[in-house]
Amino acid sequence: MSEDPGVATASSGIAPGTASAQQPTVEDALALGLTRAEYELVCEKQDGAGGRAPNQVELAMYSLLWSEHCAYKHSKRLLRTLPTEGRYVVMGPGENAGAVDVGGGLVCAFKVESHNHPSAVEPFQGAATGVGGILRDIFAIGARPIAVLDSLRFGEPLDAPLGPGSGTRSRYLLDGAVAGIGHYGNSIGVPTVGGEVYFEGPYEQNCLVNAMALGLGEREKLVRSAAAGPGNTLVLFGARTGRDGIGGASVLASAELGEADEGKRPTVQVGDPFEEKKLLECSLELLERGLIVALQDLGAAGLTSSAAEMASKGEVGIDLDVAKVPLREGDMEPFEVMVSESQERMLCVVEPANVDAVMELCEKWEVNGSAIGTVTDTGRMRVFADRELVGNMPVRALVDDCPLYDLQPVKPSGPIYRPPVASLAADTSPRETLLALVGSPNIASRRPLFEQYDAVVQSRTVRRPEQADAAVLALDRDPHHTGDSHSTGDSPPAGEGPIPALAVSIDCNGRRVAADPYRGTIEAVLECASNLACVGAEPLGTTNNLNFGNPERPHVAWQLTESVRGLGDACRALEAPIVGGNVSLYNETSSGPIYPTPVIGMVGRLPDARCAGRLGFARAGDTIALVGPFAPSLAASELAKLRGDRLPDGLPDIDIGAVHAAQFAIRGAVRVGALSSAHDIAEGGLATALAECCLAGGLGADVRLPATGDGDPLADLFGEAPGGFLISGTPNGVSSLGRRTPVSVIGTVGGDSLHIGIGDLLLSVTLAELARAHGALAELFG
Amino acid sequence: MLIRPKAGILDPQGEAVERALPALGFKGVENVHVGRLVELEVEDPTQVEAMCEKLLANPLVEDYEIHLLNGIG
Amino acid sequence: MKFGVLQFPGSCDEVDALQAARRVGDAELLWHGQRDLRGADAIIVPGGFSYGDYLRAGAIARFAPIMESVIDFARDGGLVLGICNGFQVLCEARLLPGALLGNVNRRFTFRQVGLEVLNSGGSFTDGCALGERLSIPAKHSWGRYYADAETLAAMDRAGQLVLRYAAGENFNGSVHDIAGVSNERGNVFGLMPHPEHAIDELVGGSSDGLKIFESMRLTVEGARV
Repeated sequence: MSEDPGVATASSGIAPGTASAQQPTVEDALALGLTRAEYELVCEKQDGAGGRAPNQVELAMYSLLWSEHCAYKHSKRLLRTLPTEGRYVVMGPGENAGAVDVGGGLVCAFKVESHNHPSAVEPFQGAATGVGGILRDIFAIGARPIAVLDSLRFGEPLDAPLGPGSGTRSRYLLDGAVAGIGHYGNSIGVPTVGGEVYFEGPYEQNCLVNAMALGLGEREKLVRSAAAGPGNTLVLFGARTGRDGIGGASVLASAELGEADEGKRPTVQVGDPFEEKKLLECSLELLERGLIVALQDLGAAGLTSSAAEMASKGEVGIDLDVAKVPLREGDMEPFEVMVSESQERMLCVVEPANVDAVMELCEKWEVNGSAIGTVTDTGRMRVFADRELVGNMPVRALVDDCPLYDLQPVKPSGPIYRPPVASLAADTSPRETLLALVGSPNIASRRPLFEQYDAVVQSRTVRRPEQADAAVLALDRDPHHTGDSHSTGDSPPAGEGPIPALAVSIDCNGRRVAADPYRGTIEAVLECASNLACVGAEPLGTTNNLNFGNPERPHVAWQLTESVRGLGDACRALEAPIVGGNVSLYNETSSGPIYPTPVIGMVGRLPDARCAGRLGFARAGDTIALVGPFAPSLAASELAKLRGDRLPDGLPDIDIGAVHAAQFAIRGAVRVGALSSAHDIAEGGLATALAECCLAGGLGADVRLPATGDGDPLADLFGEAPGGFLISGTPNGVSSLGRRTPVSVIGTVGGDSLHIGIGDLLLSVTLAELARAHGALAELFG
Repeated sequence: MLIRPKAGILDPQGEAVERALPALGFKGVENVHVGRLVELEVEDPTQVEAMCEKLLANPLVEDYEIHLLNGIG
Repeated sequence: MKFGVLQFPGSCDEVDALQAARRVGDAELLWHGQRDLRGADAIIVPGGFSYGDYLRAGAIARFAPIMESVIDFARDGGLVLGICNGFQVLCEARLLPGALLGNVNRRFTFRQVGLEVLNSGGSFTDGCALGERLSIPAKHSWGRYYADAETLAAMDRAGQLVLRYAAGENFNGSVHDIAGVSNERGNVFGLMPHPEHAIDELVGGSSDGLKIFESMRLTVEGARV
């Protein structure tokens, strides 16, 4: 990487007469997504006083690093208000993933990210590469990925009630996304253990595909991404670089989707899980052997963002030669190499003495490895094409000096969203209402989806989808320690001692956030924590993916501001700080923005997997009780949606402290095995939750709810609110919980039907009828 | 080389495509089968059959067809 | 006794198989690129996506250097267990008759399935009773077993049809609901479901899978009744 003395000064340094000498104009900058003012700032930054306009390579790099997706221009100031520190936090926001201490010298790394716009263009590859990207973030810090969860949003999938063909596109996206997630996760050997999917009109034109991953690593061996040590070598390893996703970050993620989607198809990245598996093993072995100084994965904006961010964190410079990058296609221009989003690539910093060993390891794992650059002390990012200097930028300007914008939030004066189309008449009987809810797309069994995912590879999964409110994973994949056995036939004694485990949940009801961004977001955080409580887990930390519309519109700015305020308040109250996350803005078309969707992922710990909670009724004769400060209301409920009600303006107040106390009590009771089952009440309300417990356990129930006088019995049956739990257990078990928190006994498990009496009303459905309704999504995957 | 499922063996991919085409307005389509294409450049074309037998196809359940696109012989 | 568990690029369940094997004996991983079986008494070809399932599942792994040794080992009567992708590799290597095709539902499917033991008392089902029902998870997209009618009839006569999916549980469309088969000699056995994921009630919901590994141990140690 010797500098050619013939190349001009440190300030300009671009050789004339090269392809990149063709000077881009401000029009080019605008086409790439920069504003006029941003372009002028870039010119100024490019060379202090005097200013020099950026060339093609430089402009491409600035346009990506200064895009919303990379720079968080509209959200960074807001995100700084979130709580990020806590007892268990080992690595907070700013690294590839966050990490929390889980005991035994181990940490759990986790994060959620989105791949929304690519999935709208090509759902299979968009979702697959979304999973690939989040997995790389996990092993980039030295943790081995142990689980994936997905959070999806599409338009209405059924043709009724909008008419024949209306659900076609949403079914196509759903099918592709689920297949893509399964393909990637299954092939790489990481179980997909949970997730959620919602179908709502506002997502019709803007689907959401968020992927969350967890990993386990040793606390002492975590690696950061800051490049260090001028003179050290930059090594790129993994797949070859092609033209995948060129311009992806600025073209797709910082602009609203328009009519011209077809033309964007060539920029979709294609993922190869087999390649990533090799890359994962290679990366972990490199770290295990102490061969690398820093590690970063290549995601949005490829080499540009990885190299620049490594340099920025380390406060160093980087010299990089695109001619050394292994290419898949001939004749790639320097700027293409710099912005390519080819998947399955990592960048590391290696001391020169270790470079040979690194290359050997790459060869062993059959991944391409190439020394492409050097760490310098210049504070500049210099891009060479062989000996020719084709780009020269101050690192600070690229990464840190991107302008940040304050949002201009204004609460909307009227409704933003069209009311949903009604599919249920207002006078439908409670019995038929329950069956309609249980069979509605947002509530029906997700089995046709999760059966496409391997949920058990790596042998940690203690609770699979639909067994409990949260996924549960044993920390030690070999809790019987057979690894040490050298005897020939004596099996070690089974299951001695507690088996510590992790629990994880991902949640967000976007419609309720739309009704009340502040309270709706608090509800999403509480939902996660309630799910964790039902399996006996204490929250350790939170990740979030903020999916919103165009933040330059005042009403979206208001949604975002209020949502982040709720997120912060809830995480502080629950002591579950944010350890990392992602923001996806501009999810909006001419028909309006998506529902504000702050997807929350939460990880918790339970001391003994043998006591992990279950959601299904377990035994005829068990007592059923309602626990928690549950104050149900039909406002913004699933029933309101089926009836075609417009969103209310605001949701009822939440007593976070009371919900937190109920979670604590439930968790304690689950941990000591006092309960047979525990289930958080969510969409569809109490009656739906009862149905879910019956279906999961294969047992009916006889329930009597107190008449609420002036209340609407339908609100009691189907109303929604945070803080309600359905538990079952022996009378002793239930009363032991009752000593810690108020419980209201409402019935008994047994029989082959669900009977709910309230006031004069008696609702009865058989398990068979419930099961038939619950299987509604199977027809979507014919 | 064109590699296709042997006749008589259920081809669910082919069936799915056969079902999908009429829904898009294409009538009168039957006997859809979905297989695999392998393209390669080889110095000695006489080896290709052995390649098919040994690796590129599974003769138990697949038939194959070899097409020499251009060549010296 | 010692199990050797093969490891190819793209194998996923090899460590799970290792753990399962270690419940009954010693076990170690055997790298695909070399030929030494390191004194293993039995070989396990594990599940996963060796070589990305490129071309056909198992088609490339079958030619790995380690497989040459495994083929010799099998020809000499050594015990070889192929699980899922391993079953596919053994069929491609012609150590087992038949082939695995794409699931009729054209999707990857993960489901806990009930299996019936059609032939017990063999090297892999020694601890099982005839007709016994085992609960074991299956997770695959290329699991539809196929062999022509003549082959099937011969296999049936020779007791090579070892496991079948219980009524209503055959989601991949395997002919005659076949879930697991052995070779004529009975020393090579392949099945699509994953016994290594059914060795523990806590994590597997069932420990029925352990019986297969136990049977192998009994066979190797000559402790057959």
